[in-house]
Amino acid sequence: MSEQHIKLPEGSIEKTTTTLNLGPTHPATHGVMQNILELDGERIVSTEQTIGYIHRAFEKIAERRPLYQITTLTDRLNYCSSPINNMGWHLTCEKLLGVKTPKRVDYLRVIIMELSRISDHLICNSIVGVDAGAYTGFLYVMQYRELIYEIYEEVCGARLTTNMGRIGGFERNFNNIAFEKIEKFLREYPKVLKEFENLFQRNRIFMDRTKGTGAISADRALNYGFTGPNLRAAGVDYDVRVHSPYSSYEDFQFNIPVGTTGDNYDRWLVREQEMWQSLSIIEQAYQKVQEFKGTDADVYHADVPEYYLPEKADVYTKMEALIYHFKIVMGETEIPKGEVYHSVEGGNGELGFYLISDGGRTPYRLHFRRPCFIYYQAYEELTKGAMLSDAIMTMSSLNLIAGELDA
Amino acid sequence: MSLTNEHIKARLTEKFPEQVTGFEEPYGLLTFEAPKELNLKVLNFLYDDEELKFRFMTDLCGVHYPDKKGQELAVVYHLHNMIDNVRLRFKVYTDINQPDIYTATGLFSAANWMERETFDFYGVNFVGHPKLKRILNVDEMDYFPMRKEFPLEDQTRIDKDDEMFGRG
Amino acid sequence: MARPVSYNFIKKPLEADISIADMPEGHQGEGFFATSLNSVIGLARKNSIWPLPFATSCCGIEFMATMGSHYDLARFGSERVGFSPRQCDLLMVMGTIAKKMGPVVKQVYLQMAEPRWVIAVGACASSGGIFDTYSVLQGIDQVVPVDVYVPGCPPRPEAIIDGVMRIQDLVGKESLRRRNGEQYKALLESYGIQ
Repeated sequence: MSEQHIKLPEGSIEKTTTTLNLGPTHPATHGVMQNILELDGERIVSTEQTIGYIHRAFEKIAERRPLYQITTLTDRLNYCSSPINNMGWHLTCEKLLGVKTPKRVDYLRVIIMELSRISDHLICNSIVGVDAGAYTGFLYVMQYRELIYEIYEEVCGARLTTNMGRIGGFERNFNNIAFEKIEKFLREYPKVLKEFENLFQRNRIFMDRTKGTGAISADRALNYGFTGPNLRAAGVDYDVRVHSPYSSYEDFQFNIPVGTTGDNYDRWLVREQEMWQSLSIIEQAYQKVQEFKGTDADVYHADVPEYYLPEKADVYTKMEALIYHFKIVMGETEIPKGEVYHSVEGGNGELGFYLISDGGRTPYRLHFRRPCFIYYQAYEELTKGAMLSDAIMTMSSLNLIAGELDA
Repeated sequence: MSLTNEHIKARLTEKFPEQVTGFEEPYGLLTFEAPKELNLKVLNFLYDDEELKFRFMTDLCGVHYPDKKGQELAVVYHLHNMIDNVRLRFKVYTDINQPDIYTATGLFSAANWMERETFDFYGVNFVGHPKLKRILNVDEMDYFPMRKEFPLEDQTRIDKDDEMFGRG
Repeated sequence: MARPVSYNFIKKPLEADISIADMPEGHQGEGFFATSLNSVIGLARKNSIWPLPFATSCCGIEFMATMGSHYDLARFGSERVGFSPRQCDLLMVMGTIAKKMGPVVKQVYLQMAEPRWVIAVGACASSGGIFDTYSVLQGIDQVVPVDVYVPGCPPRPEAIIDGVMRIQDLVGKESLRRRNGEQYKALLESYGIQ
């Protein structure tokens, strides 16, 4: 066939690699990100990532909302574990405003944050299983995520995008049903986690798929800005809960699991072990909360009337409550000028909030330090020379949540 | 000697006399600024020095100050010394008409996408960056959306009534 | 390994829980049943819809919960979720669609074969949701024609199932000639689809 009839693109005859588009519409609901792979047969030569398919301009919206309305934006960052984002934002505001929360509030926050960490790691680990071909583990653990959702519903009313808590504490006290459900979770969940582990941990096929693939060394991981379970799998024991404790984490006794090679199998194991540690933290926190008796057991927020909306019954009967309610809603409370950076240990790593306030009702600048965005850059290095199926496993074991990539 | 904020400040002023200014400690975090030509020198000094060891870049972002003429765009680096658990904030300012700043990707690979994001939002041109193009917005966009003069909403939408939202 | 349902203490016999699809109207006699082709095909199609989950953000996680065993969507006939538009009937758009993603949704819609239905799950897919910004498409009906909208942020799994049941109503009652008619062609023209 002569080339006069066929118009080929430039350089396509000399090109020896295949271009494959792992496009924005993936199977297995990982979220929208695009990878253009150059393949030499089955081996990957290079990748190019395109993100921004769900860019919702959070940072620009945050310049228009008062501090207490930004909580709804933070929900949608890492939407598998939204309470951690909410609590992180409230802790940042409390640091700016100089609010100190009582111990009971701190312990309740710890219970909720560890429950959401378990919920996030469950999704990640079961989806790694689904991508390796094993759908059953996902179905088993989704039932227990439903129980965690029921606990969130008792506390704040919503399942997924929780908008939980206020600056200074919670919006209502945990009722008896919430505590019963937490107890039920603590009773029933360990058996389920053990069964889930037995399906995958020493499974020959799973180990062959994940061992040795997507490995990264500790120095490269630190240079790329990795944090969270991905960094701990590479061997560095950095955990924000231990290094800069917030919300009374220093009162709890827990271990940080650390891997050796930083490959997919180590990441899976680190997340699995973190779930056991989270379970032990929830048990300790639950014991500590039960020790508060009498009027102490009714404390669910800090005493900061300038930033925490008063009870509705008081607003209709007492003068100070009415004045504070008016000032908070109309935005006439004193917000100090300054800049603050606070970080919490999210499901994927160090989730940081950089807030510059100019004394006005809305922030001057709010920047989210999103762990997924920072470690997705390393994907090219993680998959150089790997086979195509390993690239898929690496992408799912990194736990990339699209909401956190694009913000 | 433990790594306190005074000690870091003393080492910096000793190495870069007259050039690092604006030392503050909002909420316990040492913050300082330097002229934009020296940003790589300061970052290298903080990385290589055996006592300071700021070898982890936590964050890189931009801020727009339309009122500070000649210094409208700021780039803020947050650095972290994991071994001694000390954090640092370092700012450089640049003019909006000539926003060129040297890239930090040679030193920290984490800065690659963070600088692309700052370029996408504010238009800061990072000199020497391997691939400086838009990362989060559509490639055809011709303005830098996070600058203060641009609105949040898409002005061409027809189904939302600005009057009802209090923005008319 | 079923998790016992905590608050369901009214014991019902199993037979009361199984529902059987209604028979369409027709004329029957010894060994035959005559009805219109429309209703038979509608009955077959509506109980075997193959969805394409186009999950972008938080609503996608609620979809995963809907596909799980607690709020099973598979019992409505949607056991096989496909990811190839060539083989699916129902495009479920779940989550925020940014302007960068708009052409991708349109491309996926164009690749589907008739008859095809679209359900917009969540506030962001219906109208842009809480994100009234320069980078978010204010509802997917700017690019593709939509049949059912499910509001919520995110909608509860029960709401998503309700949306699918409304689609089943639409599928069951649709005339076989609708896709070739003038009104449908005009609708597609208004979106720029031939």
